Amino acid sequence: MTTNAPRPALDSVSSLDDVVLDVQDVHKRFHAGKRAIPALRGARLRARRGHVTGLIGPDGAGKTTLMRMIAGLLVPDSGTIQVLGRDATRDSLAVQAVIGYMPQRFGLYEDLTVMENFELHADLRGVSRSERAQRFHDLMHLTGLGPFTTRLAGRLSGGMKQKLGLACTLVRTPELLLLDEPTVGVDPQSRRELWAIVDRMVRESAVSVFVSTLYLDEAAHCDQVVIIHEGEVLGQDAPHVYSDAMRGRVWSVQAPGVKPRAIQARLARQEGVLDAVVLGDGARLIGRPGWTPEPRTLFEHLERATLTPAEPRFEDAFIDLLRTRVQPSEESPDQPPGSPAHRDQPAAKAVINVENVERKFGDFYAVKGVTFQVDRGEVFGLLGANGAGKSTTFRMLCGLLPATAGRLRVAGVDARKAAAAARARLGYMSQKFSLYGYLSVRQNLNFFSSAYGLAGAKRATRIAWALDQFQLAPHADAPSADLALGYKQRLALACALLHEPEILFLDEPTSGVDPIARREFWQRINTLAEQGVTVLVTTHFMEEAEYCDRLAVMAAGEILALGSPAEVKRMAGAPGSPDLTMEDAFIRLIEHSQAAGASA
Amino acid sequence: MSQWRATRGGGRLMRLRGLVRKEFLQIVRDPSSIAIAFLMPVVLLLLFGYGVSLDAEHVAIAIVVDQPSAITASFTGELMRSRYFEPSFMPTMADAERAMRARRVSAIVRLRSDFARERMTGSAPIQVVLNGVDANTARLVGGYLEGVWITWLQEQAYEAGEPFDISVAMEERVWFNSEIKSRDFLVPGLIAIIMTLIGALLTAMVMAREWERGTMEALLATPAAIPEILLGKLIPYFVLGTGGMALSVAMALWLFGVPLRGSFTALFAGSTLFLLTALGIGLTISILAKNQFVAGQTAIITTFLPAFILSGFLFDISSMPPIIRGITYFIPARYFVAILQTVFLAGDVPSILLPNGLALLLMATFFLGVSRLRSRKRLE
Repeated sequence: MTTNAPRPALDSVSSLDDVVLDVQDVHKRFHAGKRAIPALRGARLRARRGHVTGLIGPDGAGKTTLMRMIAGLLVPDSGTIQVLGRDATRDSLAVQAVIGYMPQRFGLYEDLTVMENFELHADLRGVSRSERAQRFHDLMHLTGLGPFTTRLAGRLSGGMKQKLGLACTLVRTPELLLLDEPTVGVDPQSRRELWAIVDRMVRESAVSVFVSTLYLDEAAHCDQVVIIHEGEVLGQDAPHVYSDAMRGRVWSVQAPGVKPRAIQARLARQEGVLDAVVLGDGARLIGRPGWTPEPRTLFEHLERATLTPAEPRFEDAFIDLLRTRVQPSEESPDQPPGSPAHRDQPAAKAVINVENVERKFGDFYAVKGVTFQVDRGEVFGLLGANGAGKSTTFRMLCGLLPATAGRLRVAGVDARKAAAAARARLGYMSQKFSLYGYLSVRQNLNFFSSAYGLAGAKRATRIAWALDQFQLAPHADAPSADLALGYKQRLALACALLHEPEILFLDEPTSGVDPIARREFWQRINTLAEQGVTVLVTTHFMEEAEYCDRLAVMAAGEILALGSPAEVKRMAGAPGSPDLTMEDAFIRLIEHSQAAGASA
Repeated sequence: MSQWRATRGGGRLMRLRGLVRKEFLQIVRDPSSIAIAFLMPVVLLLLFGYGVSLDAEHVAIAIVVDQPSAITASFTGELMRSRYFEPSFMPTMADAERAMRARRVSAIVRLRSDFARERMTGSAPIQVVLNGVDANTARLVGGYLEGVWITWLQEQAYEAGEPFDISVAMEERVWFNSEIKSRDFLVPGLIAIIMTLIGALLTAMVMAREWERGTMEALLATPAAIPEILLGKLIPYFVLGTGGMALSVAMALWLFGVPLRGSFTALFAGSTLFLLTALGIGLTISILAKNQFVAGQTAIITTFLPAFILSGFLFDISSMPPIIRGITYFIPARYFVAILQTVFLAGDVPSILLPNGLALLLMATFFLGVSRLRSRKRLE
C-alpha cells in the first residue's frame, strides 16, 4: 500500500461484541484447467452491528467470491471468516440459520407465484403458521408486492423480482443480510425503493447489512465502505473519511459555449489531471496529489473557462485509489482510433431519422409514436429502465425487427426496405458482446473482419489497428471467454469498428462493467464522435447520460423527454435545484408521466 | 439464536414439506415433466404395443400349384387354416415372383407336379421362396411353414396307417408365454424404460435446472441441510415415477391384455427398488453435470440407452457376446426387466425375484449413498 488512501479502520470498531462479520486474511484461488486464478489475496474487513457495510470494486475484484464464502458456500484456501462469532466455513449450517443471502440472480423460482416463493422461504426458515400471516402482510406492504401475490415470479419486472428476492431473505428477520450486487440491471426507481427497504430494516429491526455494489452512489450511501481491487482490500472507512482526504484536489470547470464533452476531452489529456468527467454544463476534474491547477496552461484553447473548487465525493476517492493502481497504459489512446475518412465528408444533417415509429407485439405496444433525429457526429442516448422500449427501437434501426408503422431512415436508407444496405454502414455492439468465447482475441477479429467483407492487406491493417488501439495485443492469443469484462467490452467494440462504420449502435455497452472501465470506454466513444462517427447508445446508467450530446428518456415505449442532458434536467422541472442528478431527473420524469397517466 | 434452536426439530419437517410442495408445484407448471411422466409412457406403450411386433401373423404368401390334385388341396387347406398365413393362389411361378417383388407376399410356396408322388420319400417336394429382406420375418415364416408341413405329413401318415418315417419328431411346448406373443414380453420390459426416464433423466434435469437458474445457490444458503434437499427431490419424483408406473401397468393389463400372473406386491416392491436406483443415478449425475444439456445427455447415454439395448427388454442377453453380457450386470434395468417379465408372465418366482431384487437393493444403496456423500452445501 503505497498510496495515501485511508487505512482500513479496523481499530475504529470499538468492541468485539459489536462485530457481526470478521474476515481475516482470506485467500482463495480458482482453477481453470492448469491455470490458478487468484480471486482473493489476503482480504480482511469487519462489519458492525446495525451498520450498512458496502463492498465496492471493479468487476472481477472478488466481491461475489467473498459473499459466497461468508454465506458458507465456498471454502477459503486460508484465513478465517467469523459471522456472529461462528466460523462460516466449519459451522456453515448455523451461520446460514442467522443470515439472509440474496445472490446476484435473486434465486427465485420463476414458475412459482410471489406467494409460493414466500411460503417456501417461510418453510425453509421455520416461520410458524401464526407468525406467517403478519409477516407476509408486513413484507408485502414494505415491498409493494401486495397486488401481485398470485403472479408468477417469472412474470415480474426486474425491479419487482429484486424486491421479492429481498422479501424472501427477510421472511425471518436475519441478523446479517448479505446482498450481492442487488441492483444490477434494475431501474433507478426500484433501486431507490430497495435502499429504502434496507434502511428501514436497519432502523427498525437492527439488521446488519453487507452489500456489494458496482454503483458509487450506493457505496456513498453506506455507513462503512470496503474498497476491493483484484482480491485485495484497499481500504475500509466511512464514505466521508474517503472524500475528506480528497479535499483540495477536486475542481469544477465551466466554459460557456463549449460542449461539456469537449471540455472533458481537453482536460483529461492534461498533465497533472488524474480524471475528468462530464457533469451538467461543464466538467469535473481530479488533480494528482500535490498538483495545483494553472488556469493559463489548463485552458489554452478554452475561452472564458472558469475553475472553482468542488466539494469532494466518495466517487473521487474511489477513482483516485484505483487510478493510482491501474497503470496509465490503460489510458485512452492519443491517436484517433477511427480512420480520418469520415472527417472530410460534408457535415450532412440527420443521419438517423425516426418518425412516428411504433412496434406492436400482439396487443402490446413495445414502442409507440417515437420520433427523433440524430445528426452526424452526435452521441445520442436512449435512456430508460428495462422494458422501456430501448432495445426494440434499436433492433428496428438495425433492421433486425420490422416496425409496425412509421418511417425509419438510417444513413439515408429506409431501414424497413434495404436493411442490408444500411447494415454495411453501421457497427453494432450488443449487450452480451456477441464474442466467440472459445476463439482467441485474434480469431474473433479475423472472423468479424471476414463477416464484414474485409480481405487482404486492408484486413491485416484493421486487425493490427484494433490490437494496437485497444491494447489487446498482450491478450491476442487468449480465449476471449477468459478476458476480464472490461477487455471483452474493448474487443467487442473493436469488432464493431473493424469496417469503419459511419454509425455505431451500442446496446447497453457498459452493463456490469466497473466505473474505471466505463470511463475509458466513454473516452473512446468521445474520440470517435469527434471524428464524425454518429453514436447511438442505450443505457440504464443515468450518470452515463451526461456523456451524450442529446438523449431521449423512454418509458413504456414512449419518449418522455428529448434534448441535451441539461435540457432534460430542466424539463424534469426543478429550477431551484441545479445540482439535480440525471437519476433524480429521470425519476421525476417517470413520476410526472405516471401522474399524468393516472389523471387522464 | 434461541428462535432457531427452538424450531430446529420441527423445522426439519417444515423445510422438507416446503421443498416437496415447491417441487410438486413446479412439476404441475412445467409441461415437460408432465410429458415425460405421463405422455411418454402412453406414447411408448402404444408404439411398442401396437407398432412393434416380433411375431409373424397373417403373413401374405403365394401358393403356386403346378398340378392340382386331392393331395395338394389337402396341404393347401392346412395352410389356409393356419392363422399365421394369408395365402393367395397364383397360376404361375412368374406371377408369384412379381407379387414378391412388389412386396405383396412375403413367401412363395410351390407344389411341383410330382408333389403327390414324391411326398413320402423324404426328398424336397415343396419349394419355398422367402423374401430375405426382412430376415426376422423370413426366419419366422420359414419356421411356421416347416411346422405346417410336418403336421400335415403326420396326419397323412396316420390316415394311411403308415409309420411316420421322419426319425425325429419335434414336440414343442412353450411355457409362460404360451402364445409366444411378443407384446406380452415387450410391454412389461417397457415399464423399466419409462421408470428410467422419470427416475434418472427427469431428476438429473431438474437438479441441473436449479443450478442453471441460480435457485440452488439461494437454497444452499438457507438452513436446509443436504438430506432435506435430496429428499425434497426424491419424494416428488418417486411419487411421479410410481404414477407413471401405475399408468403403464394399467395400460398393460387392460389395453394390451398382458396377463399378471404374479402379485401386485411383488410388482410394487420391485419397482420401488428400481425407482430408488434410478433416482439415485439421477442425483449422482446432477453432482457432476450442472447444466441441463449435459445432465440430459449423460442420463440418456448412461441410463436410457443401456436400459433399451442391454436390459434384455428388446434383445436377449444370453445371445450377446460374453463381454457385452458382462456389461449388462452393471445395468440396473437388466434386473428390473427380469423381475417384470417374471411377475407378469410367470408369477412370484422367488428364485428369480430375490436375487434380482437384491441386486437392485445394492445398486439403490450405492447410488443414493454416493449422492448423499458427494453432495455438499458448497458451490465448488
